[in-house]
Amino acid sequence: MQALGLEVLFKGTNFIRLLGGLGVALKISLLAVLISIPAGILLGTLMTASNPVIRAILRLYLEVMRIMPQLVLLFLVFFGTTRALGWDLSGETSALIVFSLWGTAEMSDLVRGAIISIPKHQYESAAALCLTLPQTYYHIIFPQALRRLLPLSINLITRMIKTTSLILMIGVVEVIKVSQQIIEANRMSSPNAAFGVYLTVLLLYFAACFPISMLARFLEKRAEI
Amino acid sequence: MSEKVLTLRGVVKEFEGQTILDGIDLEVEKGEVVVIIGPSGCGKSTLLRCINALEPIQGGEILLQGSPVKAGDKNLPVLRQKIGMVFQSYDLFPHMTIMDNITLAPRKVHKRDKAEVEREAAELLSRVGLADKAKSFPRQLSGGQKQRVAIVRMLIMHPEILLFDEVTAALDPEMVREVLDVMLELAKQGRTMIIVTHEMAFARAVAHRMIFIDEGRIVEEGKPDEFFESPKTERARNFLNMFRFQPASRS
Ligand SMILES: Nc1ncnc2c1ncn2[C@@H]1O[C@H](COP(=O)(O)OP(=O)(O)OP(=O)(O)O)[C@@H](O)[C@H]1O
Ligand SMILES: [Mg+2]
Repeated sequence: MQALGLEVLFKGTNFIRLLGGLGVALKISLLAVLISIPAGILLGTLMTASNPVIRAILRLYLEVMRIMPQLVLLFLVFFGTTRALGWDLSGETSALIVFSLWGTAEMSDLVRGAIISIPKHQYESAAALCLTLPQTYYHIIFPQALRRLLPLSINLITRMIKTTSLILMIGVVEVIKVSQQIIEANRMSSPNAAFGVYLTVLLLYFAACFPISMLARFLEKRAEI
Repeated sequence: MSEKVLTLRGVVKEFEGQTILDGIDLEVEKGEVVVIIGPSGCGKSTLLRCINALEPIQGGEILLQGSPVKAGDKNLPVLRQKIGMVFQSYDLFPHMTIMDNITLAPRKVHKRDKAEVEREAAELLSRVGLADKAKSFPRQLSGGQKQRVAIVRMLIMHPEILLFDEVTAALDPEMVREVLDVMLELAKQGRTMIIVTHEMAFARAVAHRMIFIDEGRIVEEGKPDEFFESPKTERARNFLNMFRFQPASRS
């Protein structure tokens, strides 16, 4: 115990605090996902539209979100808006904004991919049966695209949970930040705490993401049928 | 005088500057079965797709019972309900049961009552020998069964004219017959039909009129017996010869 530095976890409320930190990370990821999915479906559908201007704008948005490191986005929103616009966003709000913007971009690309993977003759059969375009999307295209989309969007959630480890950089007390605090506070009594605490964090991330990955794999199998 | 269902006048279709249909004139009367044949790439599918306004045309006009059929026209949804089409590829909706495949359009487009549509669907399914497949999914059906469902899905919209684009071309040989039989039955009922096919024996049996297209033009047309016995044009003769089995001569 001493060598691994695990004993600090049982001191006071340390373990509960770690769980609380994970909770913050999960809360931000989940809220961001709840925003990203409908927004991504809307933008992704527009990306398949024939209007070249709309397509170009959305493409640009996607590329910017992909190229920019998430940390830069976080700094830009958290510090940048205070300076430039005088907004006083909390760390959590900033994180939620960044993860929603990023998630929406990634989601829109997944949606676009799923929609264009539906063969052209599905649209034509629907047209020959006189279904309107909204009816065609609602009854024919979306349900088929959704099957392909589900496992992919779940993978996006796990990526998002992992990336939330960055938000300590803008002062949000999530699981990594709590770990640092615990290690710092016990520097003298448990010099090995870093190992034990981070090992625990690893297991916590695993416990949060593994079931989600399993669900993704299960859904992937089903979508193949 | 017999009633004209469909009239094509000088229909021109271009793809990227290439002329695919080069002035097609065609009249189809009520109850008439017109069979179109011609070499691959001559524009048969394109012609059917233009009639259904899946492709816009660059010249001429298409009239359905006197009203112009035009891609993008606001009248199109109403007119198109009178045109039924079955494609070569099995194009059922894979995520729906056979029953839902058939009843979706009448319920959403015609706003018909679910129970009533399902009764008609069940009746049509049993007529094509698929009464027990209502709850199956398309992936559980053979190619021939899927095409029969596609025909039922079209019939339940009560179209005035039926378009068939090589509906047996992608089928294994033993399944071709069951689909052709359904089409023969429809012809017997006096349906107006335009059929594109490579099944020459079937064409001769079902057609009231044969049309031979080459390079986007109608090269020859006539009664099936005359057309198959003594084609007037060289091109039709050559085309029909490809379908005659000629044993290699042994010297
Ligand atoms: N969307 C398209 N864009 C460009 N060219 C096309 C398009 N669709 C068809 N064509 C061309 O139009 C010509 C006629 O095609 P069509 O599919 O009508 O032929 P077909 O007579 O049905 O042939 P097949 O017997 O092989 O089905 C071909 O040369 C084809 O390459
Ligand atoms: Mg064709």
